[in-house]
Amino acid sequence: MMKAVKLMVFIGAVLIGASSFRVQNSEANVYTVGNQMIDTLKIDTESGLVADANLMMVKSQCTACHSSKLILQHRFTRAGWLDRIRWMQKYHKLWDLGESEKVVLDYLEKYYGPSAIDSKATFRRASLNDIQWYKLNQ
Amino acid sequence: MKKQIHDRRGFLQKSALATLTALVGTDVVFADQIPQYHTPLAFDNDPLKGKIPDMKVLGDKPWNVEAPIHQLDDAVTPVEKMFVRNNGLIPSEPINPDTWTLTIKGESVKATKTYTLNDLKKRFQPHTYQLVLECGGNGRSGFEPQTTGNPWDQGAVSCAEWTGVRLKDILADVGLKEDAVYIGYYGKDPHLSQDPTKVSISRGVPIKKALEAETLIAWAVNGKDIPLVHGYPLRLVIGGWPASVSGKWLHTIAVRNKVHDGAKMEGHSYRMPIRPVQPGEKIAETPENFRIIESMPVKSLITYPKTGAMFELKKPLALRGHAWAGDRMVADVHTSIDYGATWQKAKLQPPKNRLAWQQWSTEITFPQAGYYEVWVRATDSSGATQPMVIPQWNPGGYLNNACHRIAVKALV
Repeated sequence: MMKAVKLMVFIGAVLIGASSFRVQNSEANVYTVGNQMIDTLKIDTESGLVADANLMMVKSQCTACHSSKLILQHRFTRAGWLDRIRWMQKYHKLWDLGESEKVVLDYLEKYYGPSAIDSKATFRRASLNDIQWYKLNQ
Repeated sequence: MKKQIHDRRGFLQKSALATLTALVGTDVVFADQIPQYHTPLAFDNDPLKGKIPDMKVLGDKPWNVEAPIHQLDDAVTPVEKMFVRNNGLIPSEPINPDTWTLTIKGESVKATKTYTLNDLKKRFQPHTYQLVLECGGNGRSGFEPQTTGNPWDQGAVSCAEWTGVRLKDILADVGLKEDAVYIGYYGKDPHLSQDPTKVSISRGVPIKKALEAETLIAWAVNGKDIPLVHGYPLRLVIGGWPASVSGKWLHTIAVRNKVHDGAKMEGHSYRMPIRPVQPGEKIAETPENFRIIESMPVKSLITYPKTGAMFELKKPLALRGHAWAGDRMVADVHTSIDYGATWQKAKLQPPKNRLAWQQWSTEITFPQAGYYEVWVRATDSSGATQPMVIPQWNPGGYLNNACHRIAVKALV
């Protein structure tokens, strides 16, 4: 019995060590070049969110109630994301996140913050892009 | 009665959890932490079944889906091309139209009165109108800095043919007090948290708008029952204002002696700053700072051809689309192929009825081969026109009525 517990503790320690190592790894990727960032990160296929050590926490606090698209479609500052949490708490019965709030905000700020490259409407009307040209039947 | 998946206190029943596990095919992680009243998404209805395949899904919880602009070419929008904007969940309880009722209540009715759906059909004169329903946030993705809310492109608009009875006929039958100010609707869509005490959305309009001839309590769209996702079996339909006033799955209308204070009437929801703000500026979300959006602004779309058309320079290019202006009429539509330096007047048809969109068409001959943008600009009956740039930034990202444009290439 004691052996089993020790083994569990050991496995746990290895897992924690491995996951913190992975976080560091992905951080190294994050601070590469602008929009390259998202390409080099693991994406959770079910939600489309960046898969890091805190993904399950974000899923249980956020996408339990709403679509992950509500995160994916936006780029807010930390203060902006905190505003959204407070708004959901005020009007939509979001619970007190307690200590998880910092974890969720760290995650959102890190992967879903505004960056110059993401803001497509730098001009009051940006150039049209992604045009799929086709031959019109006249 | 359908078996409830939650117990009395709102927690998932063990048996429901077993069903859910079977459905999902795996253990549900954190099942013991699923919030009270929460039903996992597997139980929600799929509103995409009745839609064309290229509808753009902005979100599935709640469902928010828009049409590509070239798919809005029909004068009367077919339901398979109608945008979906939900604030809560689609009702999952079975709906029986034979037992469905509409209750009229509130401070400003002489007495509360309840009608069955069949009462409404039998006792009042039915009317049919083509009505523009446009999300207040249509075009939101154009605002910078980005605002909260669904980042709609410009496809959250429809003009379908709705059939029902006039709200004013029902209210006359109920009897109103002198002090009626506003109406507010209530529907059966559960709140996202699935807490039965929370209302997902309950908005309304001033009594004057409620009593217009075109304000309908509708049970049919384009000659058929309203599809579930659009409000089956009964919907309040009010053209020309943000479509969020057209409450779906309608069961109650309250006639209020003050501005309705339901869900999504508060804060900056469907409101504009009274004084113009700098882009990104934060102001307190108080009634002193924000006014409720009423009529939508003038707007137009090029629905044919689809952007990206390559055509022969020697033939003129035929273009067409719609224009609408909230409570007003559209007076003129112009197009430009030189970024607004010069504008050419298009042909414009009158609306089928008040609050319907109007069809415009034109033929353009291009001066030489190359890349062009065709811009369209409508002007309403008061002389207000669409801006070419993105209009006044606002915290909710509402009312972007900037000109629509498409890219085309003239080939030799």
